[in-house]
Amino acid sequence: MKRFTDLSWRLDATTKTSEKEALLVDYFRAVPPGDGAVAVRILSGGRQSRAVSTALLRTWAAEAAGIPDWLVEECYAHVGDLAETLALLLPEPVAGSGAEAATEWGGLADCLRGTVERIRAEADEERKRAMVEEVWRGLGPAERIVWHKFLTGGLRLGVSRTLVARALSVVAGVEPAEMLERLVAARLETAEDYLELLDPAASATSRRPYPFFLAAPLDEPPAGLGDVAGWQVEWKWDGARAQLVRRGGETALWTRGEELVGERFPEVVAAADRLPEGTVLDGELLVIRGGRQLGFDQLSKRLHRKAPTRRDVAALPVAFLAYDLLESGGVDLRGEPLASRRQRLEALAAAEGWPGLEPRSADEPVQAPVPEGTPFLLSPLLAPADWAAVASARATARERGVEGVMLKRRDGAYGVGRTRGEWWKWKIEPLEIDAVLIGAVAGHGRRAGLHTDYTFGVWDDGRLVKIANAYSGLTDKELTEVDRIIRATTLEKKGPWRGVTASLVMELAFERVAESTRHASGVAVRFPRIVRWRKDKSPAEAGTLADLRALVAPVEPLSPLPSLPQAPRAPRSARAPRPTSSPGDRQRRLWEDEA
Amino acid sequence: MADLLVVSDAGLYCPAGDFWIDPWRSVPRAVITHAHADHARSGCDRYLCAAPGKLVMRSRLGGTVPIDTLRYGESTTFNGVTVSLHPAGHVLGSAQVRVEHGGQVWVVSGDYKTAPDPTCAPFEPVRCDVFITESTFGLPIYRWPAPETIAAEIDAWWRANQAEGKTSVLLAYALGKAQRLAAMVDPSIGPIHGHGAVMKLVRAYRDSGVRLPPIDEVPARAKRVGQGRALVIAPPSVAGSGWLRVFGEVAVAQASGWMTVRGIRRRRGFGTGFVLSDHADFPGLVSAVEATGARRVLVTHGSSESFARFLRGRGLEADVLATRFTGEQPDRDDAGDPSDDTLGADGEHETEESVPDDGAAVDSALRGEQP
Repeated sequence: MKRFTDLSWRLDATTKTSEKEALLVDYFRAVPPGDGAVAVRILSGGRQSRAVSTALLRTWAAEAAGIPDWLVEECYAHVGDLAETLALLLPEPVAGSGAEAATEWGGLADCLRGTVERIRAEADEERKRAMVEEVWRGLGPAERIVWHKFLTGGLRLGVSRTLVARALSVVAGVEPAEMLERLVAARLETAEDYLELLDPAASATSRRPYPFFLAAPLDEPPAGLGDVAGWQVEWKWDGARAQLVRRGGETALWTRGEELVGERFPEVVAAADRLPEGTVLDGELLVIRGGRQLGFDQLSKRLHRKAPTRRDVAALPVAFLAYDLLESGGVDLRGEPLASRRQRLEALAAAEGWPGLEPRSADEPVQAPVPEGTPFLLSPLLAPADWAAVASARATARERGVEGVMLKRRDGAYGVGRTRGEWWKWKIEPLEIDAVLIGAVAGHGRRAGLHTDYTFGVWDDGRLVKIANAYSGLTDKELTEVDRIIRATTLEKKGPWRGVTASLVMELAFERVAESTRHASGVAVRFPRIVRWRKDKSPAEAGTLADLRALVAPVEPLSPLPSLPQAPRAPRSARAPRPTSSPGDRQRRLWEDEA
Repeated sequence: MADLLVVSDAGLYCPAGDFWIDPWRSVPRAVITHAHADHARSGCDRYLCAAPGKLVMRSRLGGTVPIDTLRYGESTTFNGVTVSLHPAGHVLGSAQVRVEHGGQVWVVSGDYKTAPDPTCAPFEPVRCDVFITESTFGLPIYRWPAPETIAAEIDAWWRANQAEGKTSVLLAYALGKAQRLAAMVDPSIGPIHGHGAVMKLVRAYRDSGVRLPPIDEVPARAKRVGQGRALVIAPPSVAGSGWLRVFGEVAVAQASGWMTVRGIRRRRGFGTGFVLSDHADFPGLVSAVEATGARRVLVTHGSSESFARFLRGRGLEADVLATRFTGEQPDRDDAGDPSDDTLGADGEHETEESVPDDGAAVDSALRGEQP
């Protein structure tokens, strides 16, 4: 247990991936195999169910610390991490208590079995509490934090499964991608499982993806690209780029961040059983409900669900929209021209009965429904007569719920990385408004104690009305500066929220504005993020609600969705162009793409 | 009965005695709790501080402005108002101000800590009717480890750095924390070097009779200093600056109460943080309040709202008192927070006499929690 606690603190102390990898390698080499299995499971984000509710933990900790519940909440707002808050609040461990033995636990596996599993299994609340309190008495704050995270199933150590796989691959002496596949398939319960994972000789049929070919942003109108007939024109869909690899009778679904996400999209993986052996598709994961495509914000709820329930799947069904066929019958097609790959893809779609998908049109708010029955769709092509037609298609993108258009050279091979000139993404311009910062709450993690989660308003009849919360876009230095101003200009506090005097103006960008009955302003903005701090503007010069209303998309918004249980926070912002980003941003950047 | 002390534009004011305590503007008569810049500003006509702090005050205020002193426990009167100073345990010469008039006793804590410190007199509780307390660390997550524990951690870190051929750079506020650290560590491990801002106060401490181990000033034009062996004590403003170059490969750590919280420590980007503060932790604040026997408590800078609410829950009459003291703040990178062991570049204010008079710097220094 101590070894794992040390590892987690060291991982926490560095932001360098290379150092994290070295720490993991050292740990994996030294750890007894039984603990190794458990550690790999935890580190690679295996689902941990909660042994105690955080509400109960808070109450018990408040009583143990002899402080009122509200003060626990104040501390939590300040610290930004509940496990840490409680660890700091609890009384010092009792030396010589019988519980001290518990800190010896020896191994991680023993600790989990001896405490967390027992507490989970205990139905009686008072007995649960006695068990938790016994462990508390034996642990110092550093160990308590890690243990609390075991208990609540919330341990995040800032390492991705990909990084864990890379470290394990060093230990085992195999390729990182192969280790990633092993990791996904592995059952990590016993010492034997760990040894098998690290066996250099074990081999699996590779279900590795091809490196993703990426589009470069097109900043100027495409007239300079030559004859439009030389280009395949498609919509730029608002989903997550993915590759589906069907080899050896199994399916692997990879995101652009080379993360394996098959377990998150069982409906896609199950349907892929029908695909011919040796097929690799490049495409986009999209939420399609009631025959209509919903945006990335809905998809992100599914992306965050590592093990979706049937209810999740029914609420937000996901489909794979195929753009490209990279491998057929086990043969790598990437060297062929796009036009011939597309022909093969269309043949496959016809054989499998995949429908196309048309975005809703500007004239017709309701999109033509997608037939039920397969989660596979074929990316439709636009047939523009000239570049002007491409431009006018792009101009309708916002109403259609897509992000713009993609231009792919018909005679081009499927390249590697972002080679300029072959694939272009021509996105719609974001909408923008200057808004006034009207309040803030403290952030979490690295932003703990800093007021970084901002509320913005615009003018309406001499009053500032709230229009958006935005989190990303400022540099660390600006965040600190804004925090200071927020503290100095606080007018009121409501729990962790501070209302401030209007003094800061920020330019916000967003993808869409829609009428909304759920917001006091009457409008909802999508993916708001900060473009820049307008130090040159006074609050009086900021935008008005009328300005914002003028940007409302002329299409009725889709009906609100039922919220998923425990759906994590929607991504904080899209495509923040600035260096500072919250975990949510990074998540989004990893997922979102970017054909 | 009228309040003995009120907050005026210029600061905490005693109408009956016509004097100010730690004023933030120029006033005729300033009673100063301690020499940190958010409490002791230049420009007043006449100062009163505790005798042990006179040299430190002089080194901060410079010049020839009159500084009167009182021994701890000794009293004087202004317009019939009795004033005495009592140890606050914060830094050398720090004092609580006891004000008595018309049967009422008020005590202003200034900044204080209840933990032991070899470089200054320990905090002494003073009975009073109304206690004005700071609350920099007024949340129950703040509980300081014993200073011996921290000293042992720092020694171990220093030795481990030596083993790796790294110079140890310890960032700490130039007045108080730096000297306290020098007095805490084991000087047999290696040489100790001090930044110029630190050394100026080391001299003031020594001249005041505080025993400190040998500390060498880092010479202005040195090429290599203490490489791989030394402990360097410097204000936080040197982090990431060229000033560190002479030390070769360095390990940088910060000593501050804020190092309790992982997110704050991470944000500062130092691998190591030592939890050491010259302010009282939460249990220290609570015990100090209790020891005064005060029925009414006014809470200034820090977690003032939470702490006042907590005290109300314990049956005291407690309110927030809006002042411009800043206390220790977790994030100060570029602006001039002058207070004790802030994590930012505040140390610069300690190095440059002129800065506290600079309009912009004073402005930012004046910005505190304004509930």
